[in-house]
Amino acid sequence: MKGNPIWEVFIRSKNGLEHRHVGSLHAEDAKMAMENARDVYTRRQEGVSIWVVESKHITASNPSESGEMFDPAKDKAYRHPTFYDLPDELEHI
Amino acid sequence: MENKNKSLIDYLLILGDNSLILGHRLSELCGHGPSLETDIALTNISLDLFGQVRSYFQYAAELTGGDSTEDTIAMKRMDREYRHTWLVEQPNKDFAYVIGRQFLFDAFHLPLLEQLVNSKDEMIAAVAAKSIKESRYHLRFSSSWMERLGDGTQESHQRMQSAINDLYPFTYEFFEETETEKLIFEAGIGADLKVIESTYRQTVKDVFAKANLEIPTAPARKTDGKKGIHSEQLGFILAELQFMQRAYPNMTW
Amino acid sequence: MKNIKDQEAAFQARIDAGEKIEPKDWMPEKYRKTHIRQISQHAHSEIVGMLPEGNWITRTPTLRRKVGLLAKVQDEAGHGLYLYSAAETLGISRDELFHQLHTGKAKYSSIFNYPTMTWADIGAIGWLVDGAAIINQVMLTRTSFGPYARAMVRICKEESFHQRQGYEIMLTLCQGTPEQKAMAQDALNRWWWPSLMMFGPRDEESPNTEQSVKWKIKRKTNDELRQQFIDITVPQAEVLGITIPDPDLKWNEERQHYDFGEINWDEFWQVVEGNGPCNKERLQARNDAWNNGAWVRNAARAHAEKRAEQKKVAEAI
Repeated sequence: MKGNPIWEVFIRSKNGLEHRHVGSLHAEDAKMAMENARDVYTRRQEGVSIWVVESKHITASNPSESGEMFDPAKDKAYRHPTFYDLPDELEHI
Repeated sequence: MENKNKSLIDYLLILGDNSLILGHRLSELCGHGPSLETDIALTNISLDLFGQVRSYFQYAAELTGGDSTEDTIAMKRMDREYRHTWLVEQPNKDFAYVIGRQFLFDAFHLPLLEQLVNSKDEMIAAVAAKSIKESRYHLRFSSSWMERLGDGTQESHQRMQSAINDLYPFTYEFFEETETEKLIFEAGIGADLKVIESTYRQTVKDVFAKANLEIPTAPARKTDGKKGIHSEQLGFILAELQFMQRAYPNMTW
Repeated sequence: MKNIKDQEAAFQARIDAGEKIEPKDWMPEKYRKTHIRQISQHAHSEIVGMLPEGNWITRTPTLRRKVGLLAKVQDEAGHGLYLYSAAETLGISRDELFHQLHTGKAKYSSIFNYPTMTWADIGAIGWLVDGAAIINQVMLTRTSFGPYARAMVRICKEESFHQRQGYEIMLTLCQGTPEQKAMAQDALNRWWWPSLMMFGPRDEESPNTEQSVKWKIKRKTNDELRQQFIDITVPQAEVLGITIPDPDLKWNEERQHYDFGEINWDEFWQVVEGNGPCNKERLQARNDAWNNGAWVRNAARAHAEKRAEQKKVAEAI
């Protein structure tokens, strides 16, 4: 028998914060995944909101393409505030 | 005053013992469920129930006074002094039994708590207010599984129907009002079992329909759990539940 | 295409630099296989470990102990689940891993093949077995494989109450009646040596240690960890006022460590080979749970498929 699908679980620990990936579990459908996520991952008041998504629906970047994907951002220091030289005595900027 | 306390304590036992014995049955499953996820879920329910037991029994111990504690109430009564219904002591014959027993209890328990939140007794109202959320989730969980098993495969359908056929006749006992329940209801502390019964019937009807299950027509089993007359199961449950307190009396653990 | 030697060297350089390896990254086949084996053994240990303690849930002496133990054993199911999930990122299914466990192909920690006879055993397991496990697990929070390290972080966070619970049980027994204290001593007598065996064979008989250190599955050797455990635990036994069953145990001022007696390695290998007191019962219990649950899992599958089909039909209309 083939195993049941894997789901990824995302939890918002409190309002105002984003959902974060906390782990995975197995379930046959979304309803079951939601209930399992509640029972497995929120036993210690870890969350106020849950997202579940079947793992196969996630499209992931390929590590072998990390070079062209992420390295080009490395030398764009002008996107960061420290790139611009301003006098120290200047305030509120 | 003494009489009122006696009825109240008696009522707390009727409430608490259902949770105690069902929690015990569920706790037997920890480590033996059909999947890790269900194992964890059923243990959550068991823990919720034991939490309720502790609140009810701590209160009962306070009312009883003397050396009474939550543990002497849970573990040192004689078999005839336990006041739960027969349904909750039925064994974990298979997963369909576990789910069927849970669903039938939840369908009764939730409307019971919905009334007890308005109890004139502040302690009972407070416990009910906390428990009602737990119970709502239990009913959601057990209903989902009733549906899954009732609808799933031919085998699961047969097992679910057969579990229900065995268990359903025990549920009439919920609504047979004892003298204690009558007194406590009239005092504004307890619940109106007639109202609970109609909610219960509706829940059963709805969930059974979704789960392709037939409501058994077998007559009520003649049981008097709330009066302390139990099935042969209880002795075995108590042999484990009471073992330490009986074998090593009067010690601190 | 770089040759495999270069790839392996680059891979090792990443680990040496403290980088984590993630599931989709290139990895040597041996790294993958070793991790599947190690993580799944760890997961199996959590799941089998539920059994000896679960044995006492219905017999706890108080309600407070009941909820504590129930929550602890439940945590172990959760920890097994986290670890199976981590192993699954390496391309093996949980069902396959279960199959390896059920057929006796996979190993799990031998400690769980000993029986829990008395209530004090629950205290001793929490104190000693969880204590020994924590030493390993804290080390593993910094291991090189990301999903394993993350699972360990979560597990360590949750497990911090387990050892305290065990020690509190022991402490209560030791402060109780002479009968209770004797029960605690008896439990220590039976669990001490198997706990030391949890760290595995002596370094000279542990051929994989060097590779494991390179991949940060290990940061210390078996013998180093065992010594660390003994050094931590001896003073804890003194607080309890019970005696560790080792006549050779004594403080070595020069080494700044406790010296201890010879472990019965014959017993160790016997239990590993499946001839421990409860090996058969543990495997049987796991097989029963799995086999009895088959129709339940099938039903959930069938129901989900029917619902999906109905949804498709409804959307088509």
